[in-house]
Amino acid sequence: MNYVLPVGDFLMAGEASSNVKKILNQLGIPPRIVKRTAVAMYEAELNAVIHAYGGRAEVEITKDFIVVEVIDDGPGIPDIELAMTEGYSTAPDEIREMGFGAGMGLPNIKRNADEFSIESEVGKGTRVRIVVYFNR
Amino acid sequence: MKVSDFAAALGLRILTGDAGLDREVGGVYASDLLSRVMAKSSRGDAWITVHTHINTVAVAVLSDLSCIIVPEDIPVEETTLNRARLEGIPILSGSMSTYEICWRAHEILTD
Ligand SMILES: Nc1ncnc2c1ncn2[C@@H]1O[C@H](COP(=O)(O)OP(=O)(O)OP(=O)(O)O)[C@@H](O)[C@H]1O
Ligand SMILES: [Mg+2]
Repeated sequence: MNYVLPVGDFLMAGEASSNVKKILNQLGIPPRIVKRTAVAMYEAELNAVIHAYGGRAEVEITKDFIVVEVIDDGPGIPDIELAMTEGYSTAPDEIREMGFGAGMGLPNIKRNADEFSIESEVGKGTRVRIVVYFNR
Repeated sequence: MKVSDFAAALGLRILTGDAGLDREVGGVYASDLLSRVMAKSSRGDAWITVHTHINTVAVAVLSDLSCIIVPEDIPVEETTLNRARLEGIPILSGSMSTYEICWRAHEILTD
């Protein structure tokens, strides 16, 4: 199964991951694994909305695993190692006032995913890839 | 304990009608940093937060939280309440501070 979901504006953030969560629940995937997938995808979705200008999510579901790629054409990340550090955030004040900007999103994705990779080019965009296995 | 019984025991108002009242409250988590909530909360937790924007509902849905509790009578946007009803996430509200809610919830849940 293959889906392409728009990762839209700020208020809609979470639509794509909620959708995927419903599909995984319908497939009878254990709740703990569904939660890990949903949280990882939502963090990536939020980053595309907050730090880029939105983007899209490509989702592939097989019998044994799910692959989620969140892709944006935003400003990119100059120093990925720094961005991965817990507590590092460039979120502006008005975003922080909403409770974002703890600098925990990327570390959360890494922790919840079985496989995680991030590619980014300054001025081009960012691609986050998340794989979660259903029977581990 | 079901959210409906939990709300009654704490004397909290339910702002979202019947939606999700059968969800089981397993514990309580209090934080206003959304990524921290998604990292550290447990499934079934009642989540205490001062945030009232629509993204709180997504956090609760995706983290399998049982309900959202808004302290100190902070008003909640209608768009947030509508989304919560749609997603089956109860939003509870009352005049108590976060500290008081935690303290009383602890008594109720360990009873
Ligand atoms: N898609 C992206 N495009 C551009 N920059 C990004 C993107 N994703 C992350 N970043 C950069 O990496 C930093 C760390 O991201 P991370 O998700 O860990 O924290 P945050 O989004 O700032 O806060 P939190 O996720 O805790 O609300 C961001 O502040 C931003 O500078
Ligand atoms: Mg983030």
